[in-house]
Amino acid sequence: MEAALGLLRRMPPKQSETALSALLSLLPQHSSDLLSQVDLPLQVLRDIESGKDFILCEYNRDADSYRSPWSNKYYPLLEDALYPSSELRKLEVEANDIFAIYRDQYYEGGISSVYMWEDVNEGFVACFLIKKDGSKSGHGRRGCLEEGAWDAIHVIQVGPEEEEMAQYCLTSTIMLSLTTDDESSGKFGLSGSIRRQMKMELAVAEGHLCNMGRMIEELEGKLRNSLDQVYFGKTREMVCTLRPPAEIVQMRLPDT
Amino acid sequence: MRGRNHLKAVLSDEEVYNEAAMEAFPVYNKSHMICLEMPSRAGDVIVSSYSEITENEYLDPRSAQVAIVDHVKQICTKVRPANDEELPSSYIEEYRYALDAEIQRYVSESYPKGVSAVNCVKGKDADGPGSDFELVVIITAMKLSPQNFCNGSWRSVWNIDFQDESQVLNIKGKLQVGAHYFEEGNVELDAKNEFQDSTIFQSADDCAIGIANIIRHHETEYLAALEVAYSKLPDNTFKDLRRKLPVTRTLFPWQNTLQFSLTREVEKELGLGK
Repeated sequence: MEAALGLLRRMPPKQSETALSALLSLLPQHSSDLLSQVDLPLQVLRDIESGKDFILCEYNRDADSYRSPWSNKYYPLLEDALYPSSELRKLEVEANDIFAIYRDQYYEGGISSVYMWEDVNEGFVACFLIKKDGSKSGHGRRGCLEEGAWDAIHVIQVGPEEEEMAQYCLTSTIMLSLTTDDESSGKFGLSGSIRRQMKMELAVAEGHLCNMGRMIEELEGKLRNSLDQVYFGKTREMVCTLRPPAEIVQMRLPDT
Repeated sequence: MRGRNHLKAVLSDEEVYNEAAMEAFPVYNKSHMICLEMPSRAGDVIVSSYSEITENEYLDPRSAQVAIVDHVKQICTKVRPANDEELPSSYIEEYRYALDAEIQRYVSESYPKGVSAVNCVKGKDADGPGSDFELVVIITAMKLSPQNFCNGSWRSVWNIDFQDESQVLNIKGKLQVGAHYFEEGNVELDAKNEFQDSTIFQSADDCAIGIANIIRHHETEYLAALEVAYSKLPDNTFKDLRRKLPVTRTLFPWQNTLQFSLTREVEKELGLGK
């Protein structure tokens, strides 16, 4: 299992889907572990009743069906399926409405879904998902991207309330892939994934939604920054190591 | 190396691993154009489809040696002098040699860890003017630094088609740059571009200078274009995926969510809203 994860870590992100399916067929006994450890691009389904799209993940799956956060119905239809309690469902509905506004303000498009379920320790778990197609043909406002995919997965565990306080543990994963294509730079593609955790103890006076939202906003911002500055920056540094920038070369040039 | 051990562990079958490795390594080595050191300081050989004689034998045209390669271990085990049939005619060699020297000079100036080779891939037996031939310039630079969680490679392949009748050289280049950074995450750059150019058929030395200048020009421009692509990322390209700040330019007003929910609640009870 450790070896399999070691291999996946070394695989270029664009090939992780292929690598995962290869590992699943080699190590069927570890399939549930592999699936829970490895994130793949999010899939989307249309909720026919509400006419809206929703995101599929392990947290809204029961058997081979997925529950829509909009109508609370499973697609395909599933009998005796699992549902959150009515109280938690109320919070889930609110979270979906508010998170859609948040998503619109940061992403100018995209799809979002929030799922909640009761946890064993009297608390609950919430999963906030965003999928954005930022390509020219998708929701890319500036039309810079030939291809552009962003998937954000925020899973947040909320502990039981104790003296007006609650423990929050957030794990955020971002997966992205972007490609630009123009004559001078040709096909220029960056892709990857990154995951971080954040733990906080917060007063519940302003509500769970407010606390979870702030944490997600902060961590999502941090992840975006480190992708932009650290991760993209490291690949740029590597290019400059392989072939140092033009100025140095040009100084020695004229040879005609 | 650790990747290899992980692979062995996953497959948990030495025979399957060996079989898979025998098949996969030659393909990988050739497409990545890996560079191997030849024994007894004979220099380096680039493993590529342009220098391939048999699956395990690769010609180093510079030293006129053939390297015997172990693909799985990624080493050169032996060298032997190339046969006459494996080498170009003296007419072609004159062009190849001159170009190789110019390219070596350019590579040593521009790539700290670069390696180059010039192979003849078409018409190598021409014994004088009157026939077409084709040379391929390969430039590779690789940096593997797994202890720093990063790897990178630059690969250029330039095909130079010497057209005898029209006295023109058609030049086509394919550049491919990759970088992979995987410390607590996994991000990969995959960039490629193609170029076309031409120049006139001249003496071997003048051709060599002309071609090397064209290659230098395009590669320098391409590197600058990559820099531009990177510089556009934060405020342009990346913004189409997710903005740094919301459209309102202030953090999201989560403190209002409680209010928002209460209002909805009231609206529902009063039979307002959706």
